[in-house]
Amino acid sequence: MPPKTIYLDYAATTPTDPLVFDAMLPYLGGDGFGNPSSVHQAGQRVRRAIDQARDTLASEIGAEASEIYFTSGGTEADNTAILGVLLAARMETGRDHLVTLVTEHHAVLDCAQFAEKTLGFRVTYLPVDREGFVPLESVAEAITDRTALVSVMHGNNEIGTLQPVAGIARLAHERGAYFHTDAVQTFGQMPLAVAALDADLVTLSAHKIYGPKGAGALFVRQGVRWTPWLHGGQQEREKRAGTENAAAIVGFGKAVELLPTWRDSEALRLARLRDDFIAQVLAAVPGAGLNGPAGLRRLPNSTNLSFPGTDSESLLLGLDLAGIAASAGSACASGSIEPSHVLLALGMPSGLVRSALRFSLGRGTTSEQLDRVTTVLRRLVSSDGPVRV
Amino acid sequence: MSVTTPIYLDNNSTTRTDPRVVEAMIPYFTEVYGNAASRSHPFGWSAEEAVDKAREQIARVIGADPKEIIITSGATESDNLAIKGIAEMYADKGDHIITAVTEHKAILDACKRLEKEGKRVTYLPVQANGLIDLEVLKAAITDKTILVSIMAANNEIGVVQPVKEIGAICRERGVLFHTDAVQAYGKIPLDVNENNIDLASITAHKVYGPKGIGALYVRRRNPRVRLTAQMDGGGHERGFRSGTLNVPGIVGFGKAAELAQQEMASETERLQYLREKLRRGIQDAIDETYVNGTMEHRLPGNLNISFNYVEGESLLMGLKDIALSSGSACTSASLEPSYVLKALGVGDELAHSSLRFGIGRFTTEEEIDFVVNRVIREVSRLREMSPLYELAKEGVDLATVKWAAH
Repeated sequence: MPPKTIYLDYAATTPTDPLVFDAMLPYLGGDGFGNPSSVHQAGQRVRRAIDQARDTLASEIGAEASEIYFTSGGTEADNTAILGVLLAARMETGRDHLVTLVTEHHAVLDCAQFAEKTLGFRVTYLPVDREGFVPLESVAEAITDRTALVSVMHGNNEIGTLQPVAGIARLAHERGAYFHTDAVQTFGQMPLAVAALDADLVTLSAHKIYGPKGAGALFVRQGVRWTPWLHGGQQEREKRAGTENAAAIVGFGKAVELLPTWRDSEALRLARLRDDFIAQVLAAVPGAGLNGPAGLRRLPNSTNLSFPGTDSESLLLGLDLAGIAASAGSACASGSIEPSHVLLALGMPSGLVRSALRFSLGRGTTSEQLDRVTTVLRRLVSSDGPVRV
Repeated sequence: MSVTTPIYLDNNSTTRTDPRVVEAMIPYFTEVYGNAASRSHPFGWSAEEAVDKAREQIARVIGADPKEIIITSGATESDNLAIKGIAEMYADKGDHIITAVTEHKAILDACKRLEKEGKRVTYLPVQANGLIDLEVLKAAITDKTILVSIMAANNEIGVVQPVKEIGAICRERGVLFHTDAVQAYGKIPLDVNENNIDLASITAHKVYGPKGIGALYVRRRNPRVRLTAQMDGGGHERGFRSGTLNVPGIVGFGKAAELAQQEMASETERLQYLREKLRRGIQDAIDETYVNGTMEHRLPGNLNISFNYVEGESLLMGLKDIALSSGSACTSASLEPSYVLKALGVGDELAHSSLRFGIGRFTTEEEIDFVVNRVIREVSRLREMSPLYELAKEGVDLATVKWAAH
């Protein structure tokens, strides 16, 4: 890997913080290798470490430890939340309807489609406005007495739109439905309290907050009716079977513990860098446009820009030659040639969608790096083919 | 004696991550940290390359093609994906699944879930030696059977099922064959083609790799096995299993697989020697001990013994300096005797007095000597306090004793 590469894909994943990694090591290679379900000391030591991570995470989001369920990541947490609530609701109350947005992460959307096509649930996919927001009136109209769950992500992974989740949660609760939010992108960028979100279920992931891949969590408020998704052991209070990924969970706990030491100042720093970068690119590159909202209604680290008349594939190629790592959208869909479903949902023509790039900022980002990106972008867009830079 | 306590003898539950594995994983946390699904920059490419290499290492152990390896978060997920994924995908072909009563809970609970949804499941009994009867299996297969799921090696008693024969029967009858190969993988030779295995669940943390990473082998040709994904979102792993790949975990799994394969022959010999030493040391010195499960078809590192006239919990408490279990870790919170032992026809008393010894890569001969001595001493101590043992020694048939109420 070229050491001088400028990494601007923090929304896809983040490097593991060295302090997090140090905390994990004893559970990777040291004596902390026991199976936490074992009653002997080797197991119980690991059990205590997992409990501690659970306490840390719970207190960070203002939850009870008993409301935290560790999973293998955000995707599993989303799947568990949606299918778990829908299946339980159909059995217990007859509610069989899900409300979600067209701009959700694929972990929610594909799961919703599975619920619809294979399991026979009804799903409403709400449209969004030109900045990616869902109007509260349309949420209110969509929810019925058959609605079991409303799932709306907190901060969008492609365009950074911060949804008014508490308002949406209230609408869900008024009609007796539960509210789930995928807060994977927001967790490292702003304080997150389940009471303020008013959410019944919240999806979180470690590898977006400088923790390791392979650990996520689902918050489920006490009393919410849901069925497990993985069967076969008594782990996670019989709600998530499988030997716990102890090292990753410990790393998750450490990453959460470190959050308050950097999150707020980093959010301010990144928001400034982001705004300067956007202004710079819009001024330097003819025709460039910002996708999604600006300012406080956007995730501090998120930029998404389109460059009419170009295509993102060749731009990414040119950026890569210049040592800049960016993406055209979600990493989870980057193997596909489909244009971004999120940008299409904003009403952008598909040609413009195919010219969009996502630059997501993070801990290693500096204004010098962004200056360089601007320079490279200007050259790439103004020339006809790939350029040496 | 130069041993450090506590001694770890619970390697069927989990294993210490091999230092060579940890070393291989380290760069993927803080240096090569890209998202393996990122196709637009070298951070993603390097991660993907590492995943590809690991997939090859993982596949080679069972003679599979790397494309047939679906990465999961662990064996429980693999088992769930196999059982539910097949049941849903082949619903129009049939609704019947065959498994065995001694399977891991991940299989049994997934099957119970399917029963709730209206599928039919046959739970085959096992013989006293822990093996299924192939004739009983043949008789259980109907034209509605879509899947047979029989574990390769049992997690409690280590017995190795006749996988090859089961595979042949399934192939002949046109039924898919899944095996939970968690305990067998990397420990004994297991080739998916020789054995006609269509799906196999494996996990890293039982072969000195990290926790949190497993895989499901899914055959791609002859026949091409299809599967309904259980985790949606992003279409990773050829659409079978979504979610950002745990790159360091996968790299660790790959390294662990490679080491297991390289060292399998010599390690098998060493483990069998230690296991025999342990068994003979205990059985030569203590009467009324019974090995559970056949010794003939068994994982090299596993021993499961019942000690008559001794209470299992007290024995475990007395052996606190040795990390042991009486059965599966996944059910160790419960006080019920092992359902596996009960399925072998072991009575409640003996089932309650069993110990599972899991000898592993880092177990030394000195540790085995130490354990033999400690077990002999502890069992003798407990039996000295046992009136039952005294009566039995006097020749009283305990079954005929009339106990006075008090």
